[in-house]
Amino acid sequence: MTEAPKIRIRNLYKIFGATPSRMVPLVQDGLDKAALLERMNHVLGLQDINIDIHAGQVTVIMGLSGSGKSTLIRHLNRLVDPTSGAILVDGQDITTYSHGDLVELRRTKMSMVFQGFGLMPHQTILQNAALPLLVRGLSAAEAEKQARQWLTRVGLEGFETRYPYQLSGGMQQRVGIARALTSNADIMLMDEAFSALDPLIRKDMQDLLLELQKELKKTVVFITHDLDEALRLADHLVILKDGRIVQQGDPQQIVLNPADDYVNDFVRDINRAKVIRVRSVMSQMDPGISYCGDICGEANLERLIAASGGNPAHQYRVIEQGEPVGRIQLLDALKALLPHDAAPRH
Amino acid sequence: MSSYRAVFDFLGLRAWCDEGAAGAVSMSDLLAKMGKDQEGSSLFSLPFPSLDVLNQSCSHLPRTRDLTIGIEKLFLWARSGLKSVLDPVTQPLSWLLDGAIHIATAIPWWLMLPAIVALSWQLTRSLKIAALVLCSLLILGFVDHLDAAMQTLAIIFVCTGTSVLIGVPIGIVMAKSDRLQRFITPLLDLLQTLPTFVYLIPLIFLFSVTESKLYGIAIIAYAIVPVIRLTDLGIRLVDPEVIEAADAFGMTPRQRLLRVELPLATPNIMAGVNQTIMMSLAMVVIASLVSAPGLGILVLRGINNLELGVGVVAGLGIVLLAVILDRTSKAALLRTGGHGAFSRGRQQ
Repeated sequence: MTEAPKIRIRNLYKIFGATPSRMVPLVQDGLDKAALLERMNHVLGLQDINIDIHAGQVTVIMGLSGSGKSTLIRHLNRLVDPTSGAILVDGQDITTYSHGDLVELRRTKMSMVFQGFGLMPHQTILQNAALPLLVRGLSAAEAEKQARQWLTRVGLEGFETRYPYQLSGGMQQRVGIARALTSNADIMLMDEAFSALDPLIRKDMQDLLLELQKELKKTVVFITHDLDEALRLADHLVILKDGRIVQQGDPQQIVLNPADDYVNDFVRDINRAKVIRVRSVMSQMDPGISYCGDICGEANLERLIAASGGNPAHQYRVIEQGEPVGRIQLLDALKALLPHDAAPRH
Repeated sequence: MSSYRAVFDFLGLRAWCDEGAAGAVSMSDLLAKMGKDQEGSSLFSLPFPSLDVLNQSCSHLPRTRDLTIGIEKLFLWARSGLKSVLDPVTQPLSWLLDGAIHIATAIPWWLMLPAIVALSWQLTRSLKIAALVLCSLLILGFVDHLDAAMQTLAIIFVCTGTSVLIGVPIGIVMAKSDRLQRFITPLLDLLQTLPTFVYLIPLIFLFSVTESKLYGIAIIAYAIVPVIRLTDLGIRLVDPEVIEAADAFGMTPRQRLLRVELPLATPNIMAGVNQTIMMSLAMVVIASLVSAPGLGILVLRGINNLELGVGVVAGLGIVLLAVILDRTSKAALLRTGGHGAFSRGRQQ
């Protein structure tokens, strides 16, 4: 990635309590969350967060409840103010913004999707979807015209005059996404957007998001506590624990090389055959080998295993964008299926 | 009798206490002198060290009577200043009340009754309630209480309207500031629990009893409380995530208030209006003590002259008014909460 990141978070701290800014040096000197709470009666929300969020990518921030992920995403549109640190959006530090600047930022650059949908219960679906434009002062006719298009795009044609309570959870969240898209902002913040939905609907919504993303190339920041969801959506994955980043990077690399036991516990139970892609475990091309077939780099190991019919010696050529980029043997794939900590014992 | 003499002696305040003590002689002093022979100094008869008792031992200390006189003097001292501010500010209330009462009684009954029934239909869209209103008004008219009832309705209309105009903004600022809420809540408690007669007293000092605003203020001061409380509550109860969404899409505080908070607080505010109507109705009898016209006057006549029948009929008239106002405003409230998604939407 050569172009400058869309959003840069630098040395971000958030501490809750009576005199938070005085606590920052203590935390920098190594006071941990429990000690800060016990001795100073302050709660450590976020600690030394540095993330580069690139345009057109889905950056997933994952952590358990209390890890500070919701606090972190609210810093990006300053629904929560940082204690110290900088957040650069298109090169401008938004932590120095005045209230007026912030309103402008929220209206034009960022939209947000909420876990509980955050729809206006007293307005129709159409009015809800048109809200970002109405807030900006566009005429109702123009705003509703655009809102109608996005509602159609997310599959809600014909529901315009209904009220949110008349819709199922999944449909309500479609309205939430349509609303975010209507705002036409580059950056889309999604705070546990699919966590309140049941698993089947959640998968539908993930597909919808991926499909929209292929076409729209928004800068998406997605918060979740679900690793499967994170791995499906992420171009860049950030794992938070107790307000600290424990590991960030390419999701495949995190699965294959977890940084510590905490991350390892997370990735241990996932279905690796589905998650790990051929590209992540392939080896260098070797001209002297004959291949029994080609396989796409994007394919997961499940596909490879199915293709090889279970013969561990079969070699495949890995093709990406029409070019051979490497080779893979089913044996390599099987090794990669073992969790990280289980491997050395064999 | 001067049970606490020794205390002052002990504190070395004797000389200060006796200074100028020869002055006024009160009734209790005389009684004390008369009863001096029977005075026992046993611990059982030791009186509570109240202001009056301590005054007997040390005439420099004030008596309770001095305290009440002090309050009165303070009020009289502030009176002209208060009057010069409050009089012009509250004058429109007098005009509104007089005007409304005049209109309510000047319109002929064959116009007024259909108009009120049509209004209740408009608000509630319920034939049952419109019929109830019509029957109640016919009954009131039949026993010659229609004019008085119209006057009472006019007063309630003006006072409720004023309460909403003042109360909703107060409720809004209260919802926005925890500190203000801590400050205003005890005031509201005071207004609601102070015996209703008590706030007539300073008002009588301030304004002439013949002015309509006197009872107008008394009714509003008592009835405004629920509107304020429920506006505050209604805004505070708006789902925080909805507020967050409003902020996240760049609403200014003003847009948020008008587009989100007030519409979502409307059912609660309407519940407050219903309460306010009921409470102003409860005040009309007391207001009639200070010349408020209407059914209250007839109840008062019943009490003063021990005319049982007059009091009972007028009292039942008030009950009828209360029933139709309550049913109408409650049905209107259900309609504001019913068309959109407030109640049901919020539970999801």
